[in-house]
Amino acid sequence: MSPKLINRLLLAPAGLWLLTMLVLPIVVVVVFSFGERAQAGGYVPAFTLEQYLNLPARWKAFQNTLTLAPVGTLIVLLIAYPLAYYLAIKANPKWRTLLLILVIVPFWTSILIRSYAWIFILGGRGIPAILEFFGLEGIRLINTPFAVLAGIVYGYLPLMVFPIYVSLERLDKRLLEASADLGSPPWRSFLQITLPLSLPGVATGCMLVFILLMGEFLIPAMLGGGKVFFVGNALVDLFLQSRNWPFGSAVAVALVLVMLVSVTIYMRAIKRWGNGRDDVSLM
Amino acid sequence: MTDTPDHISAKAFMAELERYRKGSVSRRHFLGVTGLGMATTVLGSAMPSLITRPAYAQGSIGDSVVLATWPNYHDPASFDAFTELTGAAVQVNVFGSNEEMLAKLQAGGSGWDVFVPTNYTITTYVDEGLIDPLDLSKIPNYDAASFDERFASPGTVNGMLYAASKDWGTTGMAVNTSQTNGRVLTSWKDFWEITQAEFSGRTTVHDYQLTTIGNALKSFGYSFNSVDPAELAKAEELLLAVKPHLFAITSDYQPPMRSGDAWLAMCWTGDAKQLNKDIPEIQYILGKEGGEIWSDFYAIPKGAPHLDAAYALINFLLDPAINYKEAMFHGQPVADARVNAMMSAEMMADPIIHPAAELLSALEFGAAATLTDPNRAELMARFKSA
Repeated sequence: MSPKLINRLLLAPAGLWLLTMLVLPIVVVVVFSFGERAQAGGYVPAFTLEQYLNLPARWKAFQNTLTLAPVGTLIVLLIAYPLAYYLAIKANPKWRTLLLILVIVPFWTSILIRSYAWIFILGGRGIPAILEFFGLEGIRLINTPFAVLAGIVYGYLPLMVFPIYVSLERLDKRLLEASADLGSPPWRSFLQITLPLSLPGVATGCMLVFILLMGEFLIPAMLGGGKVFFVGNALVDLFLQSRNWPFGSAVAVALVLVMLVSVTIYMRAIKRWGNGRDDVSLM
Repeated sequence: MTDTPDHISAKAFMAELERYRKGSVSRRHFLGVTGLGMATTVLGSAMPSLITRPAYAQGSIGDSVVLATWPNYHDPASFDAFTELTGAAVQVNVFGSNEEMLAKLQAGGSGWDVFVPTNYTITTYVDEGLIDPLDLSKIPNYDAASFDERFASPGTVNGMLYAASKDWGTTGMAVNTSQTNGRVLTSWKDFWEITQAEFSGRTTVHDYQLTTIGNALKSFGYSFNSVDPAELAKAEELLLAVKPHLFAITSDYQPPMRSGDAWLAMCWTGDAKQLNKDIPEIQYILGKEGGEIWSDFYAIPKGAPHLDAAYALINFLLDPAINYKEAMFHGQPVADARVNAMMSAEMMADPIIHPAAELLSALEFGAAATLTDPNRAELMARFKSA
């Protein structure tokens, strides 16, 4: 067997998987998006741009997603970075593994069940009742954008912590010593050494969280009470309630396009920023 | 109706654990009271081989059966009894609307054996070829003569029985009267008005186009089933104005009504009965403009993977003794005279379960056209995404 053939055979399973699980479904979705809804729901073949022209009817869902996904990513980053920093640099190595496991432990339970717990924590008998005890009355948390953000931060935190942790852990501590020897205060060493060297982890974490958030539907459905609507929720509704497959497909195509554009801009920005420096290479 | 609360406090749990340890209560009692029994059943059913399978007189029907139904609609004890009798564990999928059920069946591969469609949807299921007629020889407990014609007849399409009557009920509003300051709600107009005023942020509506749009239409005096574009536009205008004042759009509204987060809910008979039993301040009101009267059915989707178990389950649940226990749990009226004969006079006269005839006469059954009407579907989707 020639090496070329072996290569092809080795790639075949992955190629077949991508073809049947990614390429074909995308083709189906694109074809459906030009069709029409059947009388009782579903799809009838047609060639019409009607579905795309109707996209503004879901403007609010896109708006919600495009606000809460970046804001959520940013908050997750702000909380995850100090945690990852502590785990990688400050924590006693004896405890490090245990602490890392604690970060993963929530993943052992389904996000659905954990979201139910949040319904009670944020509901009238949870945090609002405690706040009332301290004299803050009439605070409402559940079924608000805040509740959805809290759920997002909680659910996605580990996805951000790990890439940052990995990049910080690889950091050569001698650089920090050298910097201190040369008279740099700790905050300067952090800004000029630690932070830039951990940026690849930050970039990966942000991308991971942002892309998944753009398709999120479970957390808004559970903690938003059907009132905080993401594009994901619009899709679930179109396919599983109103059975308008062509319009659902058009919304899905639009979401993929929005995602491609925003991720491309993001990658470009990161790359340009990375190229501006000669000490770090990003991605 | 059950007396089991929907949760157990840490203190009560420890007390029960202590009683169980001392041997003063049985294991079954302990597991039942604490909810651990339910949890173990769920976990156990994920691994059917762990459950010992007793022999079933009618032969083996397999080890599982999948039921698609509505929230708070069955007594879990009935399923335990079924499993004990037949060896088949019942997997329950809960849905919030008939549209959701139809969508799953249209997409194919639902994996359901039995599902619970509402009267007005059955002709569509037949037209779309999604359900099979029932083989009555496999449901000896079905006695056509004992069912109230009004509620059972939608199960028959083109002279063939496709669906067996489960129960019936109404769609009204459940209101927590401890929050109304003496104001009495009597109409859907009141429902939408108070939601935009004193009850802002305290009302839930169904995640279900038929009732949410229907009851908005009713407040203008239009038909519950209207598909007239001008009338639907008025309903949409109202719903969009109300949306910022809603607590949630959900068909599973018992938890927020019980916790006090919500004070007013668009509500089905059974949920109203269950809520009122535990929290008497929660009262059930039918809109004086009218609204929905409905009946639900057991049906078998085409290609049900466990057909024998499906028939066994329907037959079991239609056994008048079991159906009676079910009714006591879910609090819906039943169309089967054999079951009603077992009911106490008090149950038969309960104003939530059996509202006065003049209130019922204002109500409408859902119409098949609303299920497939693209404008109603899209209106609901726009309302939710707004």
